[in-house]
Amino acid sequence: MKIHEYQAKTILAKFGVPVPRGEVVFKKAEGRAAAQRLGTPVVVVKAQIHAGGRGKAGGVRLARSADEAASLSDRILGMNLVTPQTGSEGRVVRCVLIEEGLDIKRELYLSVLVDRASGLPVFMASAAGGMEIEEVAKERPEAILREPIHPATGLQPYQARKIAFGLDLEPEQVHVAVPFFQSLYRAFVETDAALLEINPCVVTGDGRLVALDAKVNFDDNALYRHPEFKELRDLDEETPLEVEASKYKLNYIKLDGTVGCMVNGAGLAMATMDIIKLSGGSPANFLDVGGGASEEQVKNAFRILLSDPNVKGVFVNIFGGILRCDVLASGVVNAAKELKFKVPVVVRMEGTNVEQGQQILRNSGLNFTVAHGMKDGAEKIVRLAGGGR
Amino acid sequence: MSVLVDKKTRVIVQGLTGREGSFHAQQMLEYGTRVVGGVTPGKGGTMHVGVPVFNTVTEAVHETGANASVIFVPPPFAADAILEGADAGLPLVICITEGIATLDMVRVAAAMKDSNTRLIGPNCPGIISPGKCKIGIMPGSIHKQGSVGVVSRSGTLTYEAVDQLTRLGIGQSTCIGIGGDPIIGTSFLDAVKMFNSDPETKAIVMIGEIGGNAEEIAAEFIRKNVKKPVVGFIAGQTAPPGRRMGHAGAIISGGQGAAAGKYKAMRAAGIQTVESPAEIGATLARLMGRRNSAPKPAARKKQRSR
Repeated sequence: MKIHEYQAKTILAKFGVPVPRGEVVFKKAEGRAAAQRLGTPVVVVKAQIHAGGRGKAGGVRLARSADEAASLSDRILGMNLVTPQTGSEGRVVRCVLIEEGLDIKRELYLSVLVDRASGLPVFMASAAGGMEIEEVAKERPEAILREPIHPATGLQPYQARKIAFGLDLEPEQVHVAVPFFQSLYRAFVETDAALLEINPCVVTGDGRLVALDAKVNFDDNALYRHPEFKELRDLDEETPLEVEASKYKLNYIKLDGTVGCMVNGAGLAMATMDIIKLSGGSPANFLDVGGGASEEQVKNAFRILLSDPNVKGVFVNIFGGILRCDVLASGVVNAAKELKFKVPVVVRMEGTNVEQGQQILRNSGLNFTVAHGMKDGAEKIVRLAGGGR
Repeated sequence: MSVLVDKKTRVIVQGLTGREGSFHAQQMLEYGTRVVGGVTPGKGGTMHVGVPVFNTVTEAVHETGANASVIFVPPPFAADAILEGADAGLPLVICITEGIATLDMVRVAAAMKDSNTRLIGPNCPGIISPGKCKIGIMPGSIHKQGSVGVVSRSGTLTYEAVDQLTRLGIGQSTCIGIGGDPIIGTSFLDAVKMFNSDPETKAIVMIGEIGGNAEEIAAEFIRKNVKKPVVGFIAGQTAPPGRRMGHAGAIISGGQGAAAGKYKAMRAAGIQTVESPAEIGATLARLMGRRNSAPKPAARKKQRSR
């Protein structure tokens, strides 16, 4: 789960991580008062969306007066921001963060995440703050410091010092950096974060370390122990169909093709997208209906698939293990009757009770195309739904 | 022979009395797996699906002589269940549960670092040596005893591949679902090493997916050490970067974990890669020197009986 920068900073501040003073503004005309309350000669107006690359897209601006802050925040609010991470459609800005301007001497990169290969949390740091870490990794991998952390001990002071000296911080800043880094690690663990990234963390003219930007992603599997995070979810930042699917615990991701896919199991769902592409079509979505899907679940899945206006046909690819083919077939037939859909549907079923399932489809009097194998199914649906984009 | 499990494996089910545990314990028993007991704290002393229930894993192991466990407990309690299985000294613990918090698995992995217990999963279908032992949720009927080792991060996609093999008359020595989470107990590398040293495994099918670099690591080992034919497939060639494709571990992040890089590493290792998931069985058949026109299993049976 992603959250906004201002929310991330509020959380980090609770763990003792220094962040700039600031206020979040949702309405036009509120920018001026916020800037006046901060009272610094320079304020920064930052668009709040769940995507990076805001600065280059014009979503982060400096204001040298309350008037300027007011006009900038009015302009950014409601603006459609297009960054490399939003896709070409962009994202509408619904709130801005107005923060004190700081005297910046250095910009550093800091992050905490779990390294899959070692199974350990890793504290990463680089003196090349402000740059995307992927670029640093590509160009100068030796410029990235990596400190693996044992979960039983947490980030020890010596490890924090190693990072701080590795970043060439002055001795007096190292003293501040140690508790700063430890607070970051504590925040990572105690919020069950999947990623915590401070880019940049700045060294100010008066020698302070401040988290100028902050990104926190939570581990979805751990949200059950953090009910307080529920209210941080911003549905406006998510694709409406994905929000709808999540209500029914369906794993749906919208793509931009024309063949709707309904599959059980994540691996098979990805492979189904791949084979549609190989057959000359393009998948409209990823959808895993899950192992124990009910008829109701199947119906909801169909409704969501068909709400995508780009969908010209649906490919149902089920390998029934726990999910029985007869249950699936009944679900498909009921969905077809209730939703009265007109697009062609190709059904490929295999596994438990496959004969009964096919019987149900045949007896329905509806126009389903039955496929034998994934390849046959993919080719049939691409033919019926029309080829590529 | 097979790897990790065989006819002698004695299995206990952690979370036996739950809905999933009950159903799959019965399925395993029907397959012929020696399910010798189960664990549900507070229900010790009772019987369920025909086997005794114990309060703790240690007690269950002591009373039944179990040497493997399979976990069906809900995600908030699954990390604890894994550690309890390891603490009881079980050589093999298989965790089916999907949805365990990553930091829980970080702690489990750290605690099990020097343990003698092998963990398979979590978020996996389990392990099967066809005709001998099935521990997990895979449909037993699609498998056939034979000599191909299958290792995969996925559930249903593995069934798809296994079904293709079986239809071509090609049996499997052992199929291991290693799981779709970012932190798992048994990696591709571990599985490939076991298949490589198992004399009855003659070929390997490796089904990866986007995310992480475990496929690349295994490919490097294969390049240096494996002479047996290997077929490789990677799911998620069309997956967009930055999105988690169902499995917690299936995500291309920061340009890492894309299908293209994994295919490249596999090809460099001499693995026969397939881009279409429908070609896994046929490609392996070709590699093993058998043609697609190999007689269907039913037809061959007739020949034998003559």
